Amino acid sequence: MKTSILDPISIEVMNRQVRKATLLVMVAFSILVLKLWSLQILSGPQYRIKSESNRIRIQDIPPFRGLIYDRSDNILVNNRPSYDLYVVPEDVKNAEGLVGKVEKLVSLDHDHALELIRKTRRAKPFQPVCVKRGLSRDEVAMLETHRFNLPGVLIRVAPQRRYIMGDFASHILGYLGEVTEKELKSKRYFGARVGDLVGKAGVELKWQRVLGGIRGGEQVEVDAAGRQIRVISSQAPRPGANVYLTIDKDLQSVAEKALGEKSGAVVALDPNTGQVLAMVSKPSFDLNLFVGGIDPRVWKEMVTSKKYPLQNRAIAGLYSPGSVFKIVVALAALEEGVVDPEEEIWCPGWLRLGNRTFRCWKKAGHGGVKLHRALVESCDVYFYTLGKRLGADKIAAYAKKMGLGTRTGFDLGFERSGLVPTRSWKLKKWGIPWQMGETLSFAIGQSYLLITPLQAACLISSVFNGGYLYEPQVSKLVKDTEGNVLYAFRPRIKGQLNFSEENMQIIREALIGVVNEKHGTGRRAAIEGVKVAGKTGTAQVVGLEKGEKGKIDEERFRDHAWFVAVAPADDPLIAVSVLVEHGGHGGSGAAPIAKEVIEHYLREKGMIPLEGRSERSGEG
Amino acid sequence: MFDRRLVQNFDWFVVVILLCLAVASIVNLYSATFPIREEGGAQVFIRQIYWYGLGFAVFLIMTTFNYFLLERLAYPAYFVSVALLILVLIIGKISSGSQRWLSLGPISFQPSELVKITLILALARFFGEKKEFKEYRLRDLWLPFALIVVPFILVVKEPDLGTALLLVLLGASVIFLAKIHWKSILILILTVMVLAPFVWFHLKPYQQRRILTFLRPDMDPLGAGYHINQSKIAIGSGLLWGKGFLQGTQTRLHFLPEQHTDFAFSVWAEEWGFIGSIFLLALYFLIILWGIYIARNSKDKFGSMLAMGITSIIFWQVIINVGMVTGLLPVVGIPLVLFSYGGSSLVSTMGALGILMNIRMRRFMFQ
Repeated sequence: MKTSILDPISIEVMNRQVRKATLLVMVAFSILVLKLWSLQILSGPQYRIKSESNRIRIQDIPPFRGLIYDRSDNILVNNRPSYDLYVVPEDVKNAEGLVGKVEKLVSLDHDHALELIRKTRRAKPFQPVCVKRGLSRDEVAMLETHRFNLPGVLIRVAPQRRYIMGDFASHILGYLGEVTEKELKSKRYFGARVGDLVGKAGVELKWQRVLGGIRGGEQVEVDAAGRQIRVISSQAPRPGANVYLTIDKDLQSVAEKALGEKSGAVVALDPNTGQVLAMVSKPSFDLNLFVGGIDPRVWKEMVTSKKYPLQNRAIAGLYSPGSVFKIVVALAALEEGVVDPEEEIWCPGWLRLGNRTFRCWKKAGHGGVKLHRALVESCDVYFYTLGKRLGADKIAAYAKKMGLGTRTGFDLGFERSGLVPTRSWKLKKWGIPWQMGETLSFAIGQSYLLITPLQAACLISSVFNGGYLYEPQVSKLVKDTEGNVLYAFRPRIKGQLNFSEENMQIIREALIGVVNEKHGTGRRAAIEGVKVAGKTGTAQVVGLEKGEKGKIDEERFRDHAWFVAVAPADDPLIAVSVLVEHGGHGGSGAAPIAKEVIEHYLREKGMIPLEGRSERSGEG
Repeated sequence: MFDRRLVQNFDWFVVVILLCLAVASIVNLYSATFPIREEGGAQVFIRQIYWYGLGFAVFLIMTTFNYFLLERLAYPAYFVSVALLILVLIIGKISSGSQRWLSLGPISFQPSELVKITLILALARFFGEKKEFKEYRLRDLWLPFALIVVPFILVVKEPDLGTALLLVLLGASVIFLAKIHWKSILILILTVMVLAPFVWFHLKPYQQRRILTFLRPDMDPLGAGYHINQSKIAIGSGLLWGKGFLQGTQTRLHFLPEQHTDFAFSVWAEEWGFIGSIFLLALYFLIILWGIYIARNSKDKFGSMLAMGITSIIFWQVIINVGMVTGLLPVVGIPLVLFSYGGSSLVSTMGALGILMNIRMRRFMFQ
């Protein structure tokens, strides 16, 4: 008796479809009811028991952190097992009592442990919380024997970082630390959880995302004391990818040993690619101190030390380049045509400007000097003259063109850009106009000019590699455990000099002369059978007032010693930059270190015969 | 406007069923969130009371006008809701990895809830227009397919795989009712089977993993697999009479994930047992039977289609959610309609039920 505007066939079809739908609904609900019957009535009692003793927990399995290798696949950083003490807050009736008991067996930060347990109890009572990492064998044994008395205590084995050589390439490799709240929100630390150790510096930081791996876990059934009964199911963690550096392990060691206990930096680059072969910054520190969380007292000492061991001087130490900068000024003068290489400039040992006298380092003067000799013997008066002709802003322009005053693009970051002063910069910064005298100091690499040892290495490379400024990089290859290449090095050109080849050749000849000519300031870097080219530098630390000459011997007032070099000059394989803080003259303080590094590398490459070694050691 | 005939045809028992559901839902949410005191804002169960209040109001409003008005508004409403879905992808609020909410001042709502109803409206309109009987073939159905696919893609983008799947099921339900030729069904199934691998290999690895986990939770023993395990323990341990209000250990000890949304039924089943579960299912069953009855007795095709579509909204959500928490179906993030916490879903579902009542009230009216 339905009133409808539908035709009879439609009604018929509709009714049939509705009947089918009704049937479907009936069947579906019946299945649900049957399923509920089976769960709640048939298997109910078992589930009831399970719920009463429900201690199925999710337990993390930490991934293996990726390994770090040098350029020839020598392992630099790996992992070893660490025994960590955990507490499950829910299973602890009296936290104070438990911590007290544990404290008698292992050394423990009482308040910190208590706070951790209480904090976790509120948020995730079943989540085991790590109260101490890196238990000793004895401590593990003590805890195991008292286990019955310590409900809620767990000992877990987790991989721990091991820096095989401890205090080796510390600033490159970097270290781990507990992730902070702020870092948890950043993309770099994706997947990290409170309490995780993550990369905080160097390669460990740069490649954190791939080194870290992916956490695994398992569903485990635990008993009332929190002891694991069985694993229900698990998901294996994914180990982190391995990182291969461009660092040459032996060369790095040689460079570290050569610098010794002195503060300073050594950088060795492949001048044709920008690969960093070695990078040393001293003083450094033992990376293994950081494993498992650094002792706060040791950390405080490091941070407050006047020697700044945490600073990577190679990229963040700013120094006046001293005479190293003469390379730039000489090129600028040739390019600008303000001097002819054959022009002789008279050096009486000083230059007068207004009522001020600017001295050459050689009091007696060099006499008549041409460009070649001015570089070889590092004549200050010659460069004062070029400075006067060029003017500060021209010099600054060439300095910038050669990569000074900007970051080199080093792949680990945290570089400082240094400073190339200009007239307008000074006016803006100090409100005082630029003085002519400052141009003269500028021309010999003093005044406000500041550069990093890495910039110096890039600069000398660019003079000998055809004019390319490569971005220095330490990451050669990143490969996951299945062998897939996630990242592979390729040279990155940051800039090109575009200077006339003729002028470049003049400079190159002069820099060869610095090391190989009789009066060259860099004679002590000379190696028999190899053409080394370089430039010394001496950076004033403080301007000594008259009558303070006596202070010159005091260590902290001594000048910084610079030496930049490439070898072999005709077809360079290595570029080195050495800075020794308070090392005195570049020729004596820094050149021998550069020589050792170059010599080792070229011997490794088979460019220096091995028998040369015995002769030399006999000399020294 | 309200003549007596209309009021006479108002099925009061449905209101009683809905009130039962409301009380059960609120009691259950109280238990599910009992140990948590949220700082700022009302507690979840209080907010659910407000949402139910608003829901009943919308329910009543939806009965006041002749539903033929909806036939005229069907396409515009559909376009507005699709526009909102696009808007959500542009300016929507991101919460736990997906972009589903639009903020309107202090409250936010999910356009994907609205689109469930407007999709049904649009499809009902399409099939309602065809007065002559006809077995549909694929070439007749390009418009309904387009109507389904557009919001489907937008919802997948959010991403909300569960709701997207639901849209397909809803659309399929209405098309099924309209009667589609068996050959066309066969072609459809074959097409999907041929296209599936092609699409599969064009997905990114993480997308493939997500779909695999969706289909086989045991592949993710730390996530979905663990949750289902705990949910089954909760439901099973309820036995015949349940552990009693606030006595569910699985709930108290937070073994259940999403206790107030996706796994609300598990909380209920643990505390009220098989009896409670059957009671709850019976309420839904009655609403569905009522909906089918209305569809069958509607005076016109649009009304029938609309009634059936709305009924299928309730049906699919109940089956999928209960099937999921009992371990019969894969884990899809679909809450239990009218029972889990969630304002957008509650209000739009109550509105849909209002439309159902509207159709029921006007079945004896002549144009």
